[in-house]
Amino acid sequence: MNTVLEIRDLRVEFPSRELGGRAKLAVDGLNLKVESGEVFGFLGPNGAGKTTTMNVLLGFINAYGGSAWIYGVDARRSIARQRIGYLPELTYYYKFLSTEELLRFYARIFRIPHAERERRIDAVLKLVDLEAARKQLIKTYSKGMQQRVGLAQALINDPDLLILDEPTSGLDPVGRMKVRQIIQHLKKQGKTVFFSSHELGEVETVCDRVAILHEGRLLVEGKVGDLTQQYQCHLEQIFLKIIGVQAES
Amino acid sequence: MNNVMALAGVVIKEMYRRKDFYVLFVMTALITLLLGAMRFFDNAGIVRFLKEICLVLIWISTLVIAVTTAARQIPAERESRTIFPLLAKPVRRWELVAGKFAGCWLACVITLVVFYSFFGIITASREQAWPGMIFFQAVWLHAVFLAVVVALVLLGSVVFTAQSSNATICLIVVVGILYVGRYLNRVADGLRGIGGDIVYALYFAIPHLEWYDIHNLLVNDWNGIDWVTMSGATLYGALYTGFLLLAAWMIFRHKALTV
Repeated sequence: MNTVLEIRDLRVEFPSRELGGRAKLAVDGLNLKVESGEVFGFLGPNGAGKTTTMNVLLGFINAYGGSAWIYGVDARRSIARQRIGYLPELTYYYKFLSTEELLRFYARIFRIPHAERERRIDAVLKLVDLEAARKQLIKTYSKGMQQRVGLAQALINDPDLLILDEPTSGLDPVGRMKVRQIIQHLKKQGKTVFFSSHELGEVETVCDRVAILHEGRLLVEGKVGDLTQQYQCHLEQIFLKIIGVQAES
Repeated sequence: MNNVMALAGVVIKEMYRRKDFYVLFVMTALITLLLGAMRFFDNAGIVRFLKEICLVLIWISTLVIAVTTAARQIPAERESRTIFPLLAKPVRRWELVAGKFAGCWLACVITLVVFYSFFGIITASREQAWPGMIFFQAVWLHAVFLAVVVALVLLGSVVFTAQSSNATICLIVVVGILYVGRYLNRVADGLRGIGGDIVYALYFAIPHLEWYDIHNLLVNDWNGIDWVTMSGATLYGALYTGFLLLAAWMIFRHKALTV
């Protein structure tokens, strides 16, 4: 297997907003490797440092120490993002555009040739089930539809690596099922998926490996099957045990 | 260049889909048409006065459109979080700044050409003459002026957090330069010591935007500007635009964007 994503001794600090205040350590010495074709669940309670790590991978913020590599390219370089699809936790897109226009814009950014561009747009719209609404302005969409626009834009360049930040957040059960199906479909295609989620049942269903982060530190990393066997319980209970919360029976 | 033009296309699309832009656009076009079409016993003084009002109105409208449009670009991308899926793609930060600039400037130039066309058609139909070369020079210099303004506002948008404060400060600075900029050296002459030196330094540091306002030539049917001066003014404007955009990129490239 090839290493798709590698994080070495990553350290991220946010300066204090108060004068003379101590900097907040968001990620502390994180080491992680994601192999090609894996569906990797990046777990942790709110404020654990998941989104911060993703922000470093996508070049939104600079690390205080360590490094992040995507396909062997330093994550700070824009070329590293050529083979990535990214779905942010909160999906906000240009609401004055229709989905078709938005996808055409992003396809142009990826320099997808014109003929191929239209074919890709048709394919992703079919995948996320938005063909009928393709000419509607995004501002008229429901939350679930906007989340699917997010997935469509993340897939427009036929990425080899998908980074999804809580892709099912705020979706109804049908929407969650749809996202899960899409992730499984991508897995069958041999794509690598790196995603964070609080839906641990879902993570257990779709992920090959997981990592649990707490207060910026990596506490556990391993195959889902191995972890459930080792702890003799479901992922949710493992998660609660590891972060030190006593689950109510 | 592909990314810059793609981003510019989105800026232009946003502008012509916004209602507030249309209100200002239609209002200015209407007033220009009405004032330009009025006849007051063919009194040359009144006609010149009306032409002056039309041109000042065009200047104010394009300035407001340029400032409000440019001030919105980067802060709105951050507030609405559209910047995250965008920068998660192979878009470099200089391309984002350049794309926003190109989009705003092109949109302003299109608006400018439409306004001047209204004014030109009305003037030509009434005076049976059309000083095409002066019109071209006026539009060209006005476009260079708008390039400097858009670049200045984009720089402000990466420095100031609130877009309203950026727009207000930039409007005050631009209007201040237009009305006071040319007198700064005289003020400096009247001052002694360090105060005079500071005002002199300010006089040479600010972009002299007042040079780009040649509406008097159009109002009074005077001769156009020689091409050497035109080229010099264009180069001067391009240098300031480049410097301001470079400064905007230098600040923006180090900005942490947190979701």
